[in-house]
Amino acid sequence: MIKVQREDFDVGRELAQLTGGNHKIGGVTLFVGLVRDMADNAEISAMTLEHYPGMTEKQLEKINEEAQRRWPLEASLIIHRYGRLEPGEQIVLVATASPHRQAAFEACHFLIDWLKTKAPFWKLEETPDGGHWVDARDSDNTAADRWRLEEPQSD
Amino acid sequence: MKMLYFAWLKTKTGVSEESVTPPAEVTKVSELLAWQQARGPAFADAFADLTALRVAVNQEYAGPDDQVAADDEIAFFPPVTGG
Repeated sequence: MIKVQREDFDVGRELAQLTGGNHKIGGVTLFVGLVRDMADNAEISAMTLEHYPGMTEKQLEKINEEAQRRWPLEASLIIHRYGRLEPGEQIVLVATASPHRQAAFEACHFLIDWLKTKAPFWKLEETPDGGHWVDARDSDNTAADRWRLEEPQSD
Repeated sequence: MKMLYFAWLKTKTGVSEESVTPPAEVTKVSELLAWQQARGPAFADAFADLTALRVAVNQEYAGPDDQVAADDEIAFFPPVTGG
């Protein structure tokens, strides 16, 4: 499932909804991204996440389907927020549930790596020097690329 | 043709969304980018470094040789930084 929203999310509630009633699930991996207060030695008072409504959902659905195709998942969830967020706030949740832990770990890692390079979001950081659009990082592309090379195990 | 601009592409062009009619000979993404560069100083600046730009046609990532048509939705934006 995909959710693109301004509001915050409750990790416990989302986890309960994801796994509720499905007793084939043996493990869940969760990744939660938070707003930091420092970047490239600049102090950040807040950031605003802009996105491309329509394309965002489409790309996240595609990434989620790809994870479902590659790993034996019982359930998966991506929540990505947009709008103005302050340090410590939650930005993104990725949750993957599988009968066994390896698939859950790998699929979660894949999803966060891929969404960082494919989902159309942009971060505008508020610093003492004014607003600053965050540049894409080569390290994020490298992290995403490794999933092109590695074939996951089926269990 | 519906055009959308995000992040600093929006700041530099001063446009978030517009409807435009490029000349009929503009049929590919690369030709559309060249046309954008010639639309005045703000667009020339925003589209100066094409390596820093991503293009989506109808909400799918597109390359320079992909086709564009009159009823397409074209979006211009920098490399994404979500997550």
